[in-house]
Amino acid sequence: MTATEAVGAAVEVVDLAVTPLRELNQRLHDLADQTAGPERWRVLNPNGAHAVACGLDAELEVEIEGHVGYYCAGMNKLAAVRVHGNAGTGLAENLMSGTVTVDGNASQSAGATGRGGLLVVHGDAAARCGISMKGIDIVVRGSVGHMSAFMAQRGRLVVCGDAGDALGDSIYEARLYVRGHVAGLGADCVEKELRDEHAAELRELLLQAGLGDVDPREFRRYGSARQLYTFKVDNAAAY
Amino acid sequence: MATPLDSHDPWSLRESYLFDRAIIAEIQRAAREGIYDIRGFGAKRHLPHFDDLLFLGASISRYPLEGYRERCATDVTLGTRFARKPLELKIPVTIAGMSFGALSAPAKEALGRGASEVGTSTTTGDGGMTPEEREHSTLLVYQLLPSRYGMNPDDLRQAAAIEVVVGQGAKPGGGGMLLGHKISDRVAAMRDLPKGIDQRSASRHPDWTGPDDLEIKIGELREITDWQKPIFVKVGATRTYYDVGLAVKAGADVIVVDGMLGGTAATQDVFIEHVGIPTLPAVRLAVDALLELDMHRKVQLIVSGGIRTGADVAKALALGADAVSIGTAALIAMGDNSPEHDEEYRKIGSSAGFYDDWQAGRDPAGISTQDYELAARFDPELGGRRIANYLRVLTLEAQTLARACGKSHVHNLEPEDLVALTVEAAAMARVPLAGTSWIPGSNGAR
Repeated sequence: MTATEAVGAAVEVVDLAVTPLRELNQRLHDLADQTAGPERWRVLNPNGAHAVACGLDAELEVEIEGHVGYYCAGMNKLAAVRVHGNAGTGLAENLMSGTVTVDGNASQSAGATGRGGLLVVHGDAAARCGISMKGIDIVVRGSVGHMSAFMAQRGRLVVCGDAGDALGDSIYEARLYVRGHVAGLGADCVEKELRDEHAAELRELLLQAGLGDVDPREFRRYGSARQLYTFKVDNAAAY
Repeated sequence: MATPLDSHDPWSLRESYLFDRAIIAEIQRAAREGIYDIRGFGAKRHLPHFDDLLFLGASISRYPLEGYRERCATDVTLGTRFARKPLELKIPVTIAGMSFGALSAPAKEALGRGASEVGTSTTTGDGGMTPEEREHSTLLVYQLLPSRYGMNPDDLRQAAAIEVVVGQGAKPGGGGMLLGHKISDRVAAMRDLPKGIDQRSASRHPDWTGPDDLEIKIGELREITDWQKPIFVKVGATRTYYDVGLAVKAGADVIVVDGMLGGTAATQDVFIEHVGIPTLPAVRLAVDALLELDMHRKVQLIVSGGIRTGADVAKALALGADAVSIGTAALIAMGDNSPEHDEEYRKIGSSAGFYDDWQAGRDPAGISTQDYELAARFDPELGGRRIANYLRVLTLEAQTLARACGKSHVHNLEPEDLVALTVEAAAMARVPLAGTSWIPGSNGAR
């Protein structure tokens, strides 16, 4: 028996209480090679399952009704995935393109190593948000935990709340914007002037994230001091 | 080369064992430069290894196979546990992960050409997959490393297998390192890094910690690739018995154990020489764990770290490995440390047979460099032919030894075919000291 049923004109509904996760992901993956197929999906009863809707590669809209476990929407390309709940570790890890939105909170390593696309967390994100980010944009309505943007290489992390300790430790060229209190900056991460071009890109990111009510001028900008880019013995204490 | 000893009475000078010339030079270098020594290659000190084992060969109680008449098969299938498309190799020797960045693009191409010619696999590295190596490697294993440089789902899906790298024998517990002279425009773009920086890659994965997370991570990789690809887990040899057991529990199809004799493109010398256990005991510990879980030959074991000859291959297989990997030996086969470059090695303070500055990017052989002119000297077709030749020799040698022991497949080699030359090797490999039935540390010792 399949729990899949058509609702309305074009929304494909999959109930993970009866349909195996493997079947859901396979059906979503099969759309990467097809020109026709359902574009809008609703996933019911995720119940904290891991790897829900990971590896998508098509312009789909996937709404997940509930909490998800690790690696939801991992390595996503093109699709728009929305979690109406909380998300576990590694949400949207290595995101390539498309958007991933979480209404609740995200656990650690949200957006880890992401190379493109937009991740929006409406609640808080835990430790290591944006770790090793490589081009992804991440907007967090709440706060982020410690070691966020660790070794962040490219992309932008926007935090409307506070940031935990060691923000941007060993950061490369990513740009960080925090509106609230920063508990501490990591090695080689410094505050930088928020110029007009930064306010403009911040406004654009907030708009894309559906947070047009937030004033970009209330943020501070952080980035790399570029002092640890080459080994110097005088910097030994910083490592 | 003239040494001070030449101009003195050799009986009047005594070099300190404790402070030998290498140690004195290193203390002086450290005092001068104020930073640890970073270099390539692998451990240079004497360590217990497969040379400390011997095959018994056939006798009255065992019959050999005819060397030129009777077949001794060498095929290996990797990934039979869960993968829908296991990896079929014709020989039990694969090419280990080495990054584009550490190696030049033509060198990576040569590895692919050579391996493909003899039906085995190559492996990417800490720098993503280049079109050259994808094109020339029929069977390409794609590494998932802590840095995730260049990681993307398209490359995952076009790989023959996925290797989750936890550690490397030359530096278990250490991350990657690529110094500024090797971060060219192309390398920088592939890694999303600024050009010319001294790049350190992370030592821990960014989105999982520990065996329970690893199981979930492997589950995600299987979902993304629709359960088609074999998933390898590579560990540097340390707590090998436990690491192998945990990797099996986490759902690995194949486990790669890299001993401390394994090479590196750039690591602190202190790390290379002082962290990890040798390959010899690591094989035995890995096989112990697999046997205890009833997973030997169900989860395949690849062993690397100091494999140089067909004898090393055969001994690793006899101890229970399904295949081996080569790295340093492959570079040497392609021309690294060749006497033809000796004059140029001397210009940069080294000599053929000693060159280990793979981190510096000035390799006259055009292998461990990103300098366009140096890399252009390297002929990938010739390099590929040398790799194919060398892999054939390793295989022929392993077959020779297996036939001598009466085996119709190299996998039929067994610990009972081996004895040890030293007490240390007997204890580590758990085979008897030659001429005795004594296995030190074994309860069955007589």
